[in-house]
Amino acid sequence: MVRKVVRGFYAVAYAVKLCRPSVICAYPITPQTEIVENLAAMYANGELENCQYITAESEFGAASILVGASATGARTFTATCSQGLILMSEVLWNAAGMRLPIVMVIANRSLSAPLSIWNDHQDSMAMRDACIIQVYVENNQEAHDMIPQAYKIAENKEVMLPFMVCMDGYKLTHAYEPVDLLEQGMVDSFLPPYNPPIKLTTKDPLTFGCYAPPHCYMEFRVVMQRAMMRAKKVMEEVFKEWAELTGRNWGGLIATDYMDDAETAVVAMGSVVGLVREVVEEMRKDGKKVGLVKIRSFRPFPTEELRKVMKDVENIVVFERAVSFGHEGPVAIDLKSALFGHCNAKVYSFAVGLGGRDIPRDLIRKCINNAIEGKVDEGFHFEGVKEFEEVII
Amino acid sequence: MKFFFSSGHGACPGCSLPIAVKNVLYALEGKCFVVNPTGCLEIISSQYDRSAWGVPYIHSVFENAAAVAAGIDAALKALGRKDEGHVVVFAGDGATADIGVGCLSGMFDRNHDVLYICLDNEAYQNTGNQQSGLTPPGSNTTTTPAGKILPGKIGRKKDMVAFALAHKIPYVATASVAYPTDIRRKVKRAVEFEGAKYIQILCPCVTGWGINSNETIKVAKLAVETALYPIVEYENGELVRVRKIKERKPVEEYLKIQRRFRHLFKHPKGKEIIEELQRIADENAKRFGLDE
Repeated sequence: MVRKVVRGFYAVAYAVKLCRPSVICAYPITPQTEIVENLAAMYANGELENCQYITAESEFGAASILVGASATGARTFTATCSQGLILMSEVLWNAAGMRLPIVMVIANRSLSAPLSIWNDHQDSMAMRDACIIQVYVENNQEAHDMIPQAYKIAENKEVMLPFMVCMDGYKLTHAYEPVDLLEQGMVDSFLPPYNPPIKLTTKDPLTFGCYAPPHCYMEFRVVMQRAMMRAKKVMEEVFKEWAELTGRNWGGLIATDYMDDAETAVVAMGSVVGLVREVVEEMRKDGKKVGLVKIRSFRPFPTEELRKVMKDVENIVVFERAVSFGHEGPVAIDLKSALFGHCNAKVYSFAVGLGGRDIPRDLIRKCINNAIEGKVDEGFHFEGVKEFEEVII
Repeated sequence: MKFFFSSGHGACPGCSLPIAVKNVLYALEGKCFVVNPTGCLEIISSQYDRSAWGVPYIHSVFENAAAVAAGIDAALKALGRKDEGHVVVFAGDGATADIGVGCLSGMFDRNHDVLYICLDNEAYQNTGNQQSGLTPPGSNTTTTPAGKILPGKIGRKKDMVAFALAHKIPYVATASVAYPTDIRRKVKRAVEFEGAKYIQILCPCVTGWGINSNETIKVAKLAVETALYPIVEYENGELVRVRKIKERKPVEEYLKIQRRFRHLFKHPKGKEIIEELQRIADENAKRFGLDE
């Protein structure tokens, strides 16, 4: 492996190339565009063998093209975010129901209105229930490493589901970081060619995307849920295999620091984890029993893992990058439902950095301290918000 | 005929869709991948455990058949499996001209090796006769009903042949289920061209049009004989063939046997619409030189 200082979009594009995709679809949207641009350059230079690179007419078209390609037995890739992901959503639900292991990178970006090209997790959270695996990465090495693992998990016959590798737009996609770039031989030894159990072929004609009347629809939903639940075990195995192969252990469905004797658990996903970890380490030095829980897999949700590590904690602080309007932050919602009856901790959830608002270190520290000291109420809060007057009221 | 599209499907008695589909599949000797958006054909043929299809078939959503077909084409190229068969779309007029027109334009523009067949029954018939971009003027649909003021659909039928030609794709044609040998010949000719092909087949709908189930072919023929549905064929943008009409019939003959147009003969604005339809037919005859 060669260590290079590269930007996030290159780190994932390069990893995609090493996975030997057969069909790549591209449609530009900030801040994802550079991912497919890098793949386009590789395609133009003949570096993508036996691959079709297609410039779609929309994200909706891009997802649809990949449905056709994946059903025909091709390994597929696309990247999108924000409005593009929402535009794809009808097709992605359909792809999941047809059990097509399309792998995508989501360069997480906020949703309009108001229009914002900056980062939060509202876009991928809107796809929460679509039966698509969602893994959030902390840095560009993890993003790079996640691509081959995503294919291996998605294409596992016990899983066969679409996979979203969620990386924070700009904060990761455009950040320069040193990345140990994988080698082709290494990826080839890890990731076998895609050989689906069923596909569209004239040699064995099958009907894909049938309609199911009430007497058989529900069973299709049951098998989707089963596949998601089986994915947990498959993911653990693949993550372990990856750690052994590369020496980089990113953890399981969650990764924890200082949780053994923690009284307060701090939960986060994505690039903010790095900052939260530093704050936790500082607070540990001050003698505060604080631990970090990084959620890597949001779907399938790490219910058992969270129950285990949260068993004895007194406070849980969740940093949210999205809102379920009319309720609270989506991570806290799921966390509470997972812990119900298993843990008596008070849960504080703080929405921070929506639409790319800066997340200062002091804000993270203040939120955690306020929770520990009981200076804020349990439940949901927006943090880092200015004073302002509402116009429509 | 080998059963690429088997009996036991759920089409209404007298439905024209199976006629079109069977002739296309027969012309391709079943060597094809079928993409079918949501609509009548999908609903009558693809119920779980009761598929009528003897060829590989995929239905994704309503508006993306052209893109799904593009993806199959790309996959077959990437995987070195082009010899397996042609990629064919069977889409209704709503899926083609309205909701799926963006994906269709993209597929045409990239010139994928796909034969796109629009089964034109001139409205959303699966949901019970709502107007589409391909509904002709004056048609009484449930969303353009003939009322005290309005005489059915206002506005013309969208010209999807011109739309296809504007994309400079190599083959564009129209056909009618009244002439199955013509459909088969056109399909065989179309797949000789590498790239995107568009064939629009007039497919009368017994329930939506309000015709007797034994009059499907008669109506499909009258649409052509009145010049309301010109049968044309373009290769590389050039008009190479038209179906000539021996004695062109007045549009009333076509309109009066269909419930969807019957109001035109007593509605205050009916005469105006009938005149408009006759004018369209006359224009077609002149433009394509249909009169023998």
